[in-house]
Amino acid sequence: MTKIAAPLLISSSEAIDGHFGPYGGRFVPEALISALDELERIYNAAKVDPAFIAELAELNATYIGRPSILTEAHNFSKACGGARILLKREDLNHTGSHKINNVIGQALITKRMGKKRIIAETGAGQHGVAAATAAALMGFECVVYMGAEDIRRQSLNVARMKLLGAEVVPVTSGSQTLKDALNEAMRDWVTNVATTHYLLGTVAGPHPFPSMVRDFHSVIGIEAREQVLALTGKLPDAVLACVGGGSNAIGIFHRFISDPSVRLIGLEAGGDGIETGRHASSISGGTSGVLHGSRTYVLQDEDGQTIESHSISAGLDYPGVGPEHAYLKDMGRAEYRSVTDAQAMEAFALLSRTEGIIPAIETAHALYGAMVLGRELGPDATILINLSGRGDKDVQTAAAWFGIEL
Amino acid sequence: MSHLADLFVRTRAENRAALIGYLPAGFPNQEMSIKVIKAMIEGGVDAVEIGFPYSDPVMDGPIIQEAAETARAAGITMKKTLEVVREVATTGAPTLMMTYWNPIDRYGVERYAEDFHAAGMEGVITPDLTIEEADEWLGLTDRLGLHPIFVVAPSTADERLKLVADRCSGFIYAASTMGVTGARTTVSSAASTLVERLRKITDTPVCVGLGVSNGEQAAEVAKYADGVIVGSAFVKAVLANPEDPLPGVRAVAEDLARGVRNR
Repeated sequence: MTKIAAPLLISSSEAIDGHFGPYGGRFVPEALISALDELERIYNAAKVDPAFIAELAELNATYIGRPSILTEAHNFSKACGGARILLKREDLNHTGSHKINNVIGQALITKRMGKKRIIAETGAGQHGVAAATAAALMGFECVVYMGAEDIRRQSLNVARMKLLGAEVVPVTSGSQTLKDALNEAMRDWVTNVATTHYLLGTVAGPHPFPSMVRDFHSVIGIEAREQVLALTGKLPDAVLACVGGGSNAIGIFHRFISDPSVRLIGLEAGGDGIETGRHASSISGGTSGVLHGSRTYVLQDEDGQTIESHSISAGLDYPGVGPEHAYLKDMGRAEYRSVTDAQAMEAFALLSRTEGIIPAIETAHALYGAMVLGRELGPDATILINLSGRGDKDVQTAAAWFGIEL
Repeated sequence: MSHLADLFVRTRAENRAALIGYLPAGFPNQEMSIKVIKAMIEGGVDAVEIGFPYSDPVMDGPIIQEAAETARAAGITMKKTLEVVREVATTGAPTLMMTYWNPIDRYGVERYAEDFHAAGMEGVITPDLTIEEADEWLGLTDRLGLHPIFVVAPSTADERLKLVADRCSGFIYAASTMGVTGARTTVSSAASTLVERLRKITDTPVCVGLGVSNGEQAAEVAKYADGVIVGSAFVKAVLANPEDPLPGVRAVAEDLARGVRNR
C-alpha cells in the first residue's frame, strides 16, 4: 500500500525567471503584473510553509481521495501488443478527473490572498466543475466561462456547476470553445483583479501559472512512480498522457523527467487528422508563438492569427499548449504524437468493454497511444497511462458517435 | 524630430492636450478604414493609432472585438495593414500602431520594425508586451528611432512604473482604469492619480486611454494629461452608419478636439 504522498512543490527543473528555455514568460497587460507578482510571492511562501503543505495533503487525502489507485488493465493489454498496461486512476478523484488537484491547491492560495471570488475557464467542464466544487467548499463566489459550443457538448457538466452554486457564463465570441473562454476570463480578471483570483485550469498562461499548476499536479507522478515500483519492481518503459493544455501530462511526467530510461509521450488531439488542418495538435502541427500570456507552440496562420482547433474532445480542443511541454519537446525529453477522433473513440469503446472503465474522451487519446506503442514495444514493455478522467460527461457525445439511441 | 515628438511640443505651447484616435486597420474594410482615419484627422485628431485586428484580443471590450472580427472577415492582413499605414502616414499626422505581440512575433520582429518604419510608422503601442520580454524589440526601436510605447495601469507598483516609463519614448500610455477598452459613462479618478504618479518620475508626455468617448470627458482628462486616446467612440460611429460613416466620424473627432482644447 502506498503512503499518502505530499505534492512535490519544489520541482527539479524549475523555470528560470518564469521561462522554460525560450518558452513561457509573461505576455500580459501591465494591469495584471502586480496580481501575478502577488500570486508568485504568496505561492513561493506557501510551498515551503509546512502548514500549507499539511493542509494540502490533508485535503488530498480526505476530500479528493488521494492517493488514487493503480489498476492493471489485463484485458486491454491484448489490444496493446500484450504490453503490461497500468492505469493511474485520476478518474476516481472527487469530481471525476485530475483537475481537482490543482483547484484545491489554488483555492488554498486564494484564501491566503484574502480573495473571495474566483473565475475559471473550462472546455469539457471538468475544470469548471472542480472550481465550482472548491468554491462551494471554501465559500467563494465562482464564475465559470465556457464556450457556447462546449456548453452544448457538455451539458451535464454545466448542470453540475450550477448545482454547485457557480455562475456559468456562455462565451459566444470566436470559435466559442476553450480559447475564447480563456479570453473572456482574462478580460474579467483585468477588470476585477483586486478582488478576484483567476483559477487557471491548465499549465498554460503567464508565469507563475505553468509552474504552480504543474506543482499541484505533480502528486500524480510521485504516487504513480512509487506504485509502479511496488507492483513491478522497476520503472515503466513509457508514461503516456493526453495533452490539450497539458496539465495531467505534466503532472504524471514530472516525477519521471530525471529517469532517462522512461519515455514520456504526450498524445495530442488529431481531430480529423493533422493533414486535414482540422485538429488540435499544437506541438505536432503548430509553430512557436505567443498565446494567452506565454510563448509556446500555437496553431496560427502566417499573420499570427490563432487557427481554430478541432477535436471531438472539448477538453483538448485548444490551439496552444503549456510552455513546459514546448520545452520538453525541443529538448527531446518528451515525444508528442497525434491521435484522431476516430482512433480515440476506438480506444474509448475498447477500454469500456474490456475493463469496465468508461474513460473521458480526452483520456481515450492516451489509451489509443498505448495501443500503438504497445505494438511497437511488445509484450515485455510496461506502459503507465494517466487515466485522467472518467467518461460520464461524454455519454451523449459517445452515444451519438456509436449510434446509440438515448 | 518625429512628427509625434513635434506634436507634444506644439500642444504644450498651445496649452492643450493632443487628441489621439484609434481604429483597427481594415475596419470596416481596407479602403474605408483609410477614409475613416483621414476623416478623423480632418475632424481634429492629431495622431493616429492603427490597430491590427487579432483573433484573441484579451484587452478589448465588445466594440473593438466586433470591429476586429469585421475587419478580419473583410480580409485584413499584415501586408494590407502595411498599406494602410503607408497611406495614413502621407497625411503627415503622426502614425502609430497598436497591436498584440503575436502578430509582430510571427511577422518577424526585425522585419516588422523595418517594413513598417519604412512605411512611415513612428511608434508602436504594445499592450501585452512586458518590458521583461522586450529586449529585442527595444534594440530595434533604438536602432530605427521608433517610439516604443508601453501601457501602464493604476495597479502598476511605483518601482515598476519607473522601470516602464524609462523605456517609453514618444509618450506613456496610461490606462485610466482596470479593465478592457470601451466607452464608459465616467472616466475613472484612478487616471489622474496615475498621471500624477508618472509626473513625479518622468518628463515623457503621458496620454490617457480607456473609456473616453466624448468632448466633455476629453476636457476632463485634458486638465491633467498630455493626450487623450479614443478608440471605441470612432468604431461606434462607423457601426452607427456603415454606409456613410464619414460625417459621423468627423463629428465625433470635432467634439473631442474641442474637448482637448477646453482645459
